[in-house]
Amino acid sequence: MNPASFYALVGIGLFCLGLFGLIMNSHLLRKILAINIMGSGVFLVLVALAGRAENMPADPVPHAMVITGIVVAISATALALTLMLRVASETGHATLPDEVEK
Amino acid sequence: MQNAFIELPWAVALILLPLAGAMGCFLFPRISRTLGLMTSFSIVVSVVGLGWQLLEHGSYRHAVGGWGAPLGIELVADGLSLLMLTTTAIVGFAISVYSTTYFKPALAVRFWPIWMCLLAALNALFLSADIFNLYVTLELLGLSAVALTALTGSKEALSGAMRYLLATLLASLAYLLGVALLYHSFGSVDIAVLAQQMQAASPYASGAIWAALGLMAAGLMLKSAVFPLHFWLPPAHGSAPAPVSALLSALVVKASFYILLRLWFTLFEPLVNGEAINTLLGLLGCAAILWGSVQALRQTRLKLLIAYSTVAQIGYLFLVFPLAASMGSIAWNGVAYLIISHALAKSAMFLSAGNLLCFGGHDRIADLDRVVQRLPLTAAAFALAGVSIMGLPPSGGFIGKWLLLEAAIIQGRWDLVAVMILGGLLAAAYIFKVIGHTFTQAPVTHEAQSVSASMQWSALLLAIGAMLLGFLSLPVLSLLNISDITATSGVGL
Repeated sequence: MNPASFYALVGIGLFCLGLFGLIMNSHLLRKILAINIMGSGVFLVLVALAGRAENMPADPVPHAMVITGIVVAISATALALTLMLRVASETGHATLPDEVEK
Repeated sequence: MQNAFIELPWAVALILLPLAGAMGCFLFPRISRTLGLMTSFSIVVSVVGLGWQLLEHGSYRHAVGGWGAPLGIELVADGLSLLMLTTTAIVGFAISVYSTTYFKPALAVRFWPIWMCLLAALNALFLSADIFNLYVTLELLGLSAVALTALTGSKEALSGAMRYLLATLLASLAYLLGVALLYHSFGSVDIAVLAQQMQAASPYASGAIWAALGLMAAGLMLKSAVFPLHFWLPPAHGSAPAPVSALLSALVVKASFYILLRLWFTLFEPLVNGEAINTLLGLLGCAAILWGSVQALRQTRLKLLIAYSTVAQIGYLFLVFPLAASMGSIAWNGVAYLIISHALAKSAMFLSAGNLLCFGGHDRIADLDRVVQRLPLTAAAFALAGVSIMGLPPSGGFIGKWLLLEAAIIQGRWDLVAVMILGGLLAAAYIFKVIGHTFTQAPVTHEAQSVSASMQWSALLLAIGAMLLGFLSLPVLSLLNISDITATSGVGL
């Protein structure tokens, strides 16, 4: 297995790990972190698959996509954290209504 | 003079104007109402310009900054995008008029900039021609939609917005992973290029392509809130302010469905043709119709009832997947018609629910107190929109459902026919439940607030638009046939 496909598999692993965390955790901060882990997984897949052959320079387009993706992820995380704080100050606990804090 | 008017870059204006409007509303909060209204109107003018351009020249391509695909970003407009843009412009303008008086100044300064961002994201989405650009517009759309949902800052709205945000982020990431796998397989993100390569590669499609199909479809279905992925929709749409609920139900949900439709019938067409996965999507659609309608019938609050009705109507849209296999054009026309008539009718419904909420201070269905006499325009708007949602003639909803029924009958899919008719009956049941209460006197009466004329008329005009669509089927459907980037597809769009 060459390094590129190893990293791609790690990326898919991170994606699945994040998905598991998103579903299993009820605290909103953990859910937001899980989303970020999923995002990192996707970015790792994009970067890893950019190297098509051993001796060729890597494809720059996926790198540009990852940069765009990071910008989006930062703004989304900022919005999510603000919302979480507002939810916590209104309801007293940082969980969604129908889930009990574990 | 006339030529100069046509040749203006209308597609660019459709994205730049709302973005500039958003900046303006943010920088000059005092005049944000006027700015927002002017921008909404300029969008209507730009769509007319773009439509004229399309009628003159056929489909339209614009390379942003002079950089064409595959390196740069291209804006592409064809019949389906023009139809979606027109719907967005009309519904958006009506909602803008409504919002000028609905929001108190403290909320208005927050509403207008975000609504303009949402409008820019919607227009950019309908004009995008590559799958990565679609991802960016989806994220812009999702973030501004969530911010609008949380606008009032009440407990329900914040929780609804939080749930919506988590769902939409999860969906975007699944879609992005699909984009990554497709780019790896084909080395391009342009839909037209990908479609050609997919055609060649379909007989021996690799696992990566199937995984990309699954991930992108799952992400877009979560965003479109098809059963059983609709869990986020009722709390978000039910707790947002009325004009925002109207935007979310009429336009935002349709945007992700539009992408799914595009990708399914241009990109993945050779892969999924005649596959069981089409049947699965149809089954989900049937489940959504029945589940959404029954839930709507059980609600005691008007806005939640309308939100569950959206879940049911989204189900109808998913019936296109099993039906388009052999009856391409009829099912296509039907689903396109259903999208626009539902957009008009559902926004009219949410706006009239907003009027009732302003009027009585609550939206409990059982306590609607003789609304027909005291708020006749709003009651008429709700009833007319209801006719289109039920699919009774002569409304736009009737034409859409009739075309889908016709496709199902020709194919002998009597199971789908039965579900569609049952869904129509259930829709009639939940709409008459509301209309019945508007005639009777409620046990408790509330002090009535006055509702401004612009709020009443914008709801009524949208509902009348949904009815008029029933008479305009030929010109509207001929717009769909403007030649397009789906030329490689087997479906006669």
